[in-house]
Amino acid sequence: MSAEAAYKKIFGFPESLKDNPTHYCPGCGHSIAHRLVAECLDEMNLREETIGVPPVGCAVLAYNYFNFDMVEAPHGRALAVATGIKRVHPDKLVLTYQGDGDLAAIGTAETIHAANRGERISTIFINNAIYGMTGGQMAPTTTLGQNATTTPGGRDQRLHGNPIDISQMLAVSNGVVYVERCALTTIKQINRAKKAIKKSFRCQLDDLGFSLVELLSPCPTNWKISPKDAWKWVNEEMVKTYPLGVIKDITGYEDKK
Amino acid sequence: MPSEKMLMNGSHVVAEAAVRAGCRYYFGYPITPQNELPEYLSARMPEIGGTFIQGESEIASINMVLGASVAGGRAMTSSSSPGVSLKQEGISYMAGMELPGVIINMMRGGPGLGNIAPSAADYFQATRGGGHGDYRTPVLAPGGSQELADLTFVAFDIADKYRTPVMLLGDGLMGQVMEPVVFPDFINLEDLPKKDWILDGCKGREPRALFSLLLGQDGQLYKHNLHLQEKYDQITANELRWETKTQDEDEMIIVAYGTAARIAESAIEELRAEGLNVGLFRPITLWPYPMAALRELASKVSKVAVFELSMGQMVEDVVLSVGDRAEIHFYGLPGGIIPTPADVADFLRSASRGDGKVGRRIDV
Repeated sequence: MSAEAAYKKIFGFPESLKDNPTHYCPGCGHSIAHRLVAECLDEMNLREETIGVPPVGCAVLAYNYFNFDMVEAPHGRALAVATGIKRVHPDKLVLTYQGDGDLAAIGTAETIHAANRGERISTIFINNAIYGMTGGQMAPTTTLGQNATTTPGGRDQRLHGNPIDISQMLAVSNGVVYVERCALTTIKQINRAKKAIKKSFRCQLDDLGFSLVELLSPCPTNWKISPKDAWKWVNEEMVKTYPLGVIKDITGYEDKK
Repeated sequence: MPSEKMLMNGSHVVAEAAVRAGCRYYFGYPITPQNELPEYLSARMPEIGGTFIQGESEIASINMVLGASVAGGRAMTSSSSPGVSLKQEGISYMAGMELPGVIINMMRGGPGLGNIAPSAADYFQATRGGGHGDYRTPVLAPGGSQELADLTFVAFDIADKYRTPVMLLGDGLMGQVMEPVVFPDFINLEDLPKKDWILDGCKGREPRALFSLLLGQDGQLYKHNLHLQEKYDQITANELRWETKTQDEDEMIIVAYGTAARIAESAIEELRAEGLNVGLFRPITLWPYPMAALRELASKVSKVAVFELSMGQMVEDVVLSVGDRAEIHFYGLPGGIIPTPADVADFLRSASRGDGKVGRRIDV
């Protein structure tokens, strides 16, 4: 019996990722999220059918890591750019990969209106409650009391406003068929996130409408704590503001348990 | 086959010309005085299998153009002055990423909301970049409805040929007036050169990435800007357009574009009857500006008169072109007022006498 016949490959480096070292910090959630997106595309055989739109922010260089067609959007405009792409190529998978500042601050209008039009686009939303690339300023999703370089002493509701739950806001729109929030900080949740991303891609291929997967993601560098403590903070504190689970699902799909 | 002669509103003319020039993706946000353009396309695009989206903002609309362009479509947006200010971010990114696209600006009075009357006060914004960074946008200035149609075709071709956003700069008068027009024939989309840089999924090839962030320590941005400049030099060498209406007896030429040029033409006729001979120089590309042609013409006359529907913007390019080869006189009116040929004739008489009563002499 040949080695090939005797052994079945069950795990390897995803084809949808390039074999490049990333610039992400130790303990950052982006690498996990990238890997999940890549695994889903590989398993659904979509790599060659995909056009991705990364944000401005830490993931702006995502085209150095993702091994499929990508175009950088101006800050916040990913879903407007993706709308243009999808209308030209309705048969391709179009995804945006956006951080909280990109999606829920500067790009709020583009996000809400693309979702509300029911654009057949899948959005992977990385929520780390902080501005990473610019060095730790307040994000729209920074939680109350959380320290940022522009919220000295912690985010104060009166001074800085409230953390925004954009996923809940999007869920009320009739154009949105599926929204789920997962975390990248436990094995169980990472597995859950992968299922959610696949489901989001499936919604798009089935022409159902807009879908979004929010991923709570640790940022030890800008939270100024260790990676281990950052995971703990997501699991114990961040989830109080952003509870995990399915926020909306009108896909009609029966989930396999 | 070209169309029959048709009587149409100027905004409709641009819309129909865009369709015939192969535009299948339109994104825009309502603003007076160009609403007839998106309204027309909202009905026309579905007829030809195209896409019309009323965006939630000018910013979203130009970024949808960016997306459709990167995906390989011929895409367009239209607006008027305040809306075009909002589009500048997207235009800068498109210039940086070398993405074709057509932007229509039917100019109105400014600054701020200004008013909705015709104006030509966005010359600086259109020709000097508008958005941030070291880039240029080719700008075409039609003189009337027939050119609105013809130059819309030219705009899409320049955009594709050089991979650059192109602006068509009209004004509120042009966007509203009805004139006869003959449309060129529909282009065949299959005949357009294939684009080997678009994103359509990486089947059978390496993945592509388009971006404007160039952090490379090896002078990546520096080299990119030099490359863009080479392209702008080519556009300047190949794409200059202008019209002259002159005769040997001319003692003066008037420089004007768009609606101002049409008013100037009427004034010129009036003055010829009086024995004052004035020629017309009408730039059609505002960037690149036909400097050498104007310089040559200016060297044959003693005076160059400049007339604009602004307080003086294009006159700077005239000064750069003419220098001290001729006396330069300027007359301009701010937005909201459409001058009559009689106003311009008064200016030309005054410039001829050199009495400074109408307009002003530009001291070079």
